[in-house]
Amino acid sequence: MTAARNSRSSGNWWTVYGGPLLLGVLSIAGLLTALLSEGAGRYFSWIAVGAPVAATAWFFARRKRG
Amino acid sequence: MKRSIDEIARTALANDPGRVLQYIAWDKDEPNNVIAFTNSKVDGDPDAATLRAYDAHTAKLLGSVGGGPMLIFLKLHVDMFAGQPGKLFLGAMGFLFLVAIVSGVVLYWPFTRRLSFGILRDKSRRIAWFDWHNLLGAITIAWALVVGATGVINTLAEVMLGQWKANELADMVKPYAGKPPPVHLASLDTTLDRARKIAPDMNVSFVAFPGTPFTSSHHFAVFMRGDTPLTSRLLKPVLLDGETGEVSDARDLPVYLKALLISQPLHFGDYGGMPLKIIWALLDVMTIVVIGSGLYLWIVKRRKHRSHAIAGRPLLQPSE
Repeated sequence: MTAARNSRSSGNWWTVYGGPLLLGVLSIAGLLTALLSEGAGRYFSWIAVGAPVAATAWFFARRKRG
Repeated sequence: MKRSIDEIARTALANDPGRVLQYIAWDKDEPNNVIAFTNSKVDGDPDAATLRAYDAHTAKLLGSVGGGPMLIFLKLHVDMFAGQPGKLFLGAMGFLFLVAIVSGVVLYWPFTRRLSFGILRDKSRRIAWFDWHNLLGAITIAWALVVGATGVINTLAEVMLGQWKANELADMVKPYAGKPPPVHLASLDTTLDRARKIAPDMNVSFVAFPGTPFTSSHHFAVFMRGDTPLTSRLLKPVLLDGETGEVSDARDLPVYLKALLISQPLHFGDYGGMPLKIIWALLDVMTIVVIGSGLYLWIVKRRKHRSHAIAGRPLLQPSE
């Protein structure tokens, strides 16, 4: 829980945990939406629960080779 | 026009001579099917039950349900063909899985704080797997925790059912203590109608015959369900006298059984249509990669350690 004071050398809480945290919240929201609602909620749940899969594809596509 | 359930029950017994009915169930997604469970005894081994589907409109046999390779996989997944000890063993493994995830969260900071999120390097095989382990592990944490925790809860199903029978169910059937089990069973159609009147906005999920594990030796238990993904899981049992079909009691299930029933879809992912199932399968593959790469990194590290401290520092270590 440090400030971004010295982010290059010591790491920054948000850059390390931010991505996983956002995807985690999205996943949970999707899992619950599918349980609580049908119809539109389902579409949201597919997007939200599928977000980690999409993120993986995205990171894989823009990885650096060499 | 739907056929009488009594007629379907007679057909089911005629198709399996010498056996008795344990349950009759209605699949939420196949409203035209009535599924009859027969077994050698009402409290026979669940593995010995025969499931047959009948057409609700013609009472004709449609075919067997379950069985085949899928059942073998399900058994392997649930108890490895080792019954209750197998289930509890898998529950303990599931708990270790949760511990492993938490340990990964703790290690994530020291190992990745200098790396940008989502980096996938291919400098060496080890670094490549290290990056994949971090990325896939980090973004599947929430899903893996939910599936892991609900899986552990599911392994306790029998324990919870036993608890319910010893307490809530025993309390509900107290007035019947000492009475002999019913000789002539009441009409199923009458029994089901009365159960529906108790819970008019619900549908019948299944009816358990007297003496089966889900009810007392005196009662039919009709388990009612709602019609949303959530309420269809939250069953409400209505107990009816096995001989007369009169309602004797109806109570909501206790919190621990509700938790169990909600855990099931969250573990199996079978509650949001085919796209959710496909995403579930992809997340499963990602989790397998996390476990496999974790094992690989551990083996490589051990080998390094042995061959060794000469080189001094291991390649992958927390940044100071």
